[in-house]
Amino acid sequence: MELQTLTYLVVGASFALYIGIAIWARAGSTSDFYVAGGGVHPVTNGMATAADWMSAASFISMAGLIANMGYGGGLFLMGWTGGYVILAMWLAPYLRKFGKFTVPQFIGDRFYSKSASTVAVICLLIASITYVIGQMTGVGVAFSRFLGVSNETGIYLGMGIVFAYAVFGGMKGITYTQVAQYIVLISAYTIPAVFISLNLTGNFLPQLGLGANLVGTDVSLLDRLNQVVTDLGFAEYTTSVPGSKLNMFVYTVSLMIGTAGLPHVIIRFFTVPKVADARYSAGWALVFIAILYTTAPAVAAMAKYNLHATVNSAITTNGDLYAEESSLKYDERPDWMSRWEKTGLLKWEDKNGDGRIQYYNDKTKSADVLAKAEQAGWKGSELTVNADIMVMANPEIALLPNWVIALVAAGGVAAALSTAAGLLLAISSAVSHDLVKNVFAPNMSDKNELMVGKIAMAGAIVLAGWLGLNPPGFAAGTVALAFGIAASTLFPVIMMGIFSKKMNKEGAIAGMLAGLAVTLFYVFAHKGIFFIKGTEFVDLIGGPNSFFGITPEAFGAIGAVVNFIVAFAVDKVTKEPPEHIQHLVEEVRIPRGAKAVDGAH
Amino acid sequence: MENNAAGYWKATLSLLTKIMIVWFLVSYGAGILFADVLNTIHLGGYPLGFWFAQQGSIYVFIALIFFYAKKMGEIDRKFDVHEE
Repeated sequence: MELQTLTYLVVGASFALYIGIAIWARAGSTSDFYVAGGGVHPVTNGMATAADWMSAASFISMAGLIANMGYGGGLFLMGWTGGYVILAMWLAPYLRKFGKFTVPQFIGDRFYSKSASTVAVICLLIASITYVIGQMTGVGVAFSRFLGVSNETGIYLGMGIVFAYAVFGGMKGITYTQVAQYIVLISAYTIPAVFISLNLTGNFLPQLGLGANLVGTDVSLLDRLNQVVTDLGFAEYTTSVPGSKLNMFVYTVSLMIGTAGLPHVIIRFFTVPKVADARYSAGWALVFIAILYTTAPAVAAMAKYNLHATVNSAITTNGDLYAEESSLKYDERPDWMSRWEKTGLLKWEDKNGDGRIQYYNDKTKSADVLAKAEQAGWKGSELTVNADIMVMANPEIALLPNWVIALVAAGGVAAALSTAAGLLLAISSAVSHDLVKNVFAPNMSDKNELMVGKIAMAGAIVLAGWLGLNPPGFAAGTVALAFGIAASTLFPVIMMGIFSKKMNKEGAIAGMLAGLAVTLFYVFAHKGIFFIKGTEFVDLIGGPNSFFGITPEAFGAIGAVVNFIVAFAVDKVTKEPPEHIQHLVEEVRIPRGAKAVDGAH
Repeated sequence: MENNAAGYWKATLSLLTKIMIVWFLVSYGAGILFADVLNTIHLGGYPLGFWFAQQGSIYVFIALIFFYAKKMGEIDRKFDVHEE
């Protein structure tokens, strides 16, 4: 069967499945809509959380990022998994015990203040909306690259599918579609990885293959890769660090606490029946996430090796990389290369006019490499590779049948849709429950609130779709900003709400505002005020990364420290929280008496 | 069976502290700060620091969460605050 037809069939079948689930899992009450009725099994919730968590970026881009960064790419792997340890032990069980529908509701009740909950809603909306823009553009990218439709068509299709199960099913519909989406995306990710690992190392587990010897040699994959990339002028794979070790450290902290503070992840833990379930469920979530996250670094190194080996035959034969016949003749390139050239993700420019492809780091500082390239008549690297190709072209590089390529398409779309839906629920519940019900219409009936929730969801989908269609020119920076804001505002305030009985509303509000302000300030200095080009003021703060070489993406951790300091300083000079709040904190700390999650104020 | 809120909270915090120390050591310690030193040791074809940064820390994180969930269950019962 034609690849295109097969891809439509597989992706179409996955959509039919999601819509089938949507029809089965309609929400009949606010409890269904916000927390899937509160009866989700911890393992099921773990799987849904994994799909919620792993976005288009995790699926399509992460391995490519790691391939480019080498060892330093570990910051994404540790940052986006280590946060679950914090979430499991510091936040999830206590918020589950508290037993309300949303994160701002906890902040509002614990800090006995509608202003606190409103500030939390604002932080939540900034974090979730910036995050969802990335997902909607991801939906467009996944559709256009795999299905050959335009970005716009892809986004409209994605909006339609999410509408079907998120508006009518709320959290209930989202939970069960996420389980299905997890299964689709994890098989799509691991099947090609297993075959690539088998081809290269003879080891069918990519996690072991990455540490194994290349087939038929006694040289390990990583040693050989190190040697090849340094010979071609790139940084050594297993030691290259982004910026400095300090930046890597702070970046990892930001991703970890950002993970723990992201509302769309936290609310997933409101769907399990008991406090003990929330603890185990975080463990299961991490198991399901780890299947992809431990495979990704193997995919990264192996795809990088394969790419180099494809264009330079001396890599597998251990010959002279700079010999003329080592470089691949453009006319003899494999099919997958010509296929991806059409998408623009792979570009070749014959700089020295020899009809062969030379791929190396022409900006290297190694005089040795430059001299060899010069001598061989190389006039600059001729191949431009978009990192996303490391995952997307994998099945073709490993010569897998067409149905695997089609499955990878369905997996990419599933990853984008599942995260978008989770974010949309966090956005719509903050609007319907924390703004409309809490601030404007406290006496609204359950039935009306459910209606408002559905309308808010529909509105959020339209807004997200519009932003996806007209990305504000900063789509790439948005996910980092979402983590920065979750890390610097929501995470510290929730933590202090649980672990400090004496923290008062003045401290909490001042802390959140200070964390938000300092993070936005640093990010805007680098990327422009509200990301508007030309409004960068990076010179005012002493040049790029002027704060100890910390990049704006990594700044959330610094924002969190500012939040804590300001909160405790303000707390010291203002009056203690009332007696009943201190009792509330004591209640939240013990599991006994946990009831079903509800929305009562 | 003991029954006091302060004791329960103290036991909880002490468990969290122990787990966070391990959490820190495998990721920030072995994966970042001491990665260069550990890279001189090999685990199969993996330099050890690289392995911790891209594989090992994640496995330890999973173990830590399940260990935590189990231990917390025991502490809950010891102080009689578990769910029925």
